[in-house]
Amino acid sequence: MADLEKTRPPAPVPLEWEYAPAPESREIVHFQERYGLFVGGEQIEPRSGEWYSTIAPASEEHLAEIAQAREEDVDLAVQSARDAFENGWSRLPGSERAKYIFRIARILLERSREFAVAESLNSGKPIRESRDVDVPIAAAHFFYYAGWADKLEYAFPNRRPHPLGVAGQIIPWNFPLLMLAWKIAPALACGNTVVLKPSHTTPLTALLFTDVCRQAGLPPGVVNIITGDGRTGAAMVRHPGIDKIAFTGSTGVGKDIQRAIAGTGKRLTLELGGKAANIVFDDCALDQAVEGIINGIYFNQGEVCCAGSRLLVQESIYEQVIAKLKRRMSTLRVGDPLDKNTDVGAINSREQLDRITELVESGREEGAEIFQTECTLPDRGFWFAPTVFTNVAQSYRIAQEEIFGPVLSVLTFRTPEEAVEKANNTAYGLSAGVWTEKGSRILWMAERLRAGVVWGNTFNRFDPASPFGGYKESGFGREGGRHGLEAYLRFE
Amino acid sequence: MSGRLPVRKTYKLFIGGAFPRSESGRTLEAEGQNVARASRKDARDAVKAARGAFPKWSAATAYNRGQVLYRLAEMMEARSADLAATCSGEAEVEAAIDRVVWYAGWTDKLPQVLGGSNPVAGPYFNFTVPEPTGVVAIVAPDEPALLGLVTRVAPALAGGNAVVVVASETHPLAAIELAEAIATSDLPGGALNILTGQRAELAPVLAAHMDVNAIDVTGAGEGATELERLAAENVKRVVRGPADGQSPWEIQALLEFKTVWHPIGT
Repeated sequence: MADLEKTRPPAPVPLEWEYAPAPESREIVHFQERYGLFVGGEQIEPRSGEWYSTIAPASEEHLAEIAQAREEDVDLAVQSARDAFENGWSRLPGSERAKYIFRIARILLERSREFAVAESLNSGKPIRESRDVDVPIAAAHFFYYAGWADKLEYAFPNRRPHPLGVAGQIIPWNFPLLMLAWKIAPALACGNTVVLKPSHTTPLTALLFTDVCRQAGLPPGVVNIITGDGRTGAAMVRHPGIDKIAFTGSTGVGKDIQRAIAGTGKRLTLELGGKAANIVFDDCALDQAVEGIINGIYFNQGEVCCAGSRLLVQESIYEQVIAKLKRRMSTLRVGDPLDKNTDVGAINSREQLDRITELVESGREEGAEIFQTECTLPDRGFWFAPTVFTNVAQSYRIAQEEIFGPVLSVLTFRTPEEAVEKANNTAYGLSAGVWTEKGSRILWMAERLRAGVVWGNTFNRFDPASPFGGYKESGFGREGGRHGLEAYLRFE
Repeated sequence: MSGRLPVRKTYKLFIGGAFPRSESGRTLEAEGQNVARASRKDARDAVKAARGAFPKWSAATAYNRGQVLYRLAEMMEARSADLAATCSGEAEVEAAIDRVVWYAGWTDKLPQVLGGSNPVAGPYFNFTVPEPTGVVAIVAPDEPALLGLVTRVAPALAGGNAVVVVASETHPLAAIELAEAIATSDLPGGALNILTGQRAELAPVLAAHMDVNAIDVTGAGEGATELERLAAENVKRVVRGPADGQSPWEIQALLEFKTVWHPIGT
């Protein structure tokens, strides 16, 4: 087989293919000029009096003015959530809570195209992904957890579940609406009220979501959305009126939060960084594996905590895999996130682009060999061409640190034992991928990989019924499935 | 001056299946005995021993782990008179033994109660299994001397973790007596390590140790906040629970959940 692959002339690479632009219309979304804080069911001006501009990272175009919440604003939001918790939400029968959450799921689907366009505009991700992944899975998450709301006593044998109170939730910019759903759906299903802070750079779908809450008739104060930068998050973490912090973001900030809440009795779940190994054995279905590698690292520009950012290839097929990978990379279309043909969109912010650039530079300096696809990047906005590094040593920063960009580091191995050793050789433990047609080997590997999610012959799959979360410094607690309820309950 | 002079016991540490003195050469007097006063170096050695034992203990079959824990109960039963002398008495020893038996029976039921298959919306088989967190540090409560220790340690071992215990500072003898039962129980050397000495000296070393994955601060009292803060350095799981009580959720607190996906197709 391997010889055949080598002698057969390569399939023509459609590099020169012309694609007519296929832009998704922006008309479906109308942003307000200015968004206040969503507290107690209405938009209010921030007590801080501060505002900032949120932009489209693909064009640097201004989209809307956003409120910067400070201590006083956080305090108001927490108060509002507390009132809503005490005055009804926690005492509402689970079956009634369920119906509100079912409504949210339905409305999100009804307005799915609007949310997809807004998400791609504000985050830079391709419309194909926001339309086919982010928004439908967000809606599915609400639908899934809605069903749990009146069945909690069946979830944990011999334990009596109670809501915690007010959940403070801080989410990142890579999947703004999806992460909102991962946080809010289980919290509400368990009878909590929430104060959620979307990322500084991607507040718009969370703010549009406040209109879904209005349409669903959700009681005021059950969901509060406050916007701002790290100072807002820090004020939430310190606020004594919050019973639980749920954070998704970098490992550095996660550690700060864990330190800050030490001794306060606040509950905590952390979903942090990753440096997943995608492990390719010589008996894999090669073309499927190459698709999996591409999906693993270039999905959402690689701005994914569980991205397959370290490719471990068995030595015997190394040349073949790299050749196929480069060929496939060169067919990726980088550009306008709203174009339906786009595979790789814009990097979310200048700050993130700088971080990627800096780490890629370190890879060159440490001696790795770089390959980037030849694509024309737009003049405005934040862009980074799909990149792969070969000749990478385990000690290189690009093999140890989370890059959070479209940058793949390739290492090799000879035996399954060596693959396990290298895959586990990081402080992280969020996800891993294994490609082999040998069933027993998949299970053998899955047993030994110290990671919360293992994808066998697939990668980057998500589902509300499937628990997600990390080992080691990738955090603790699970989101999704029955396990995801536990983060929002206390037991007698 | 008639009769025979008894041979006294030297109370030592339990690290890697052996009974060393503290490398520091120090002891402290507790419960009328000189007890080894472990140093920070001893704590680090204990973590190393635990890490070394983790692959073997965690990879043992659930059936085997259950048998080993049951064997521990057998060994405790045989030493019940000695154990009773280190705690409040026979009733506490019996409760401790029964607790070990109870947890022994959990090892091969956990994945079915805590894990399962997940109905994802697509052609994938998806399942979730519990796995041990790794190396776990436990700051044992002072009371009840034996039962408190067993209550915290048994669920950690049942889950497949390797453990380093900081024994009660005021009642360390129960821990050492228990170590002697463990040494003959087929538990792999290093899967449980016991340090006696000063809690304030030892617990922070374990809380800050980068190769410890979780810390149980049940016995730490007011020192718990500082331990929690130190634990953040490598995102340790921080656990606390009752000094007397039993539940599979105590095991779960020191488990990770792994979810595996695979496509379904022809």
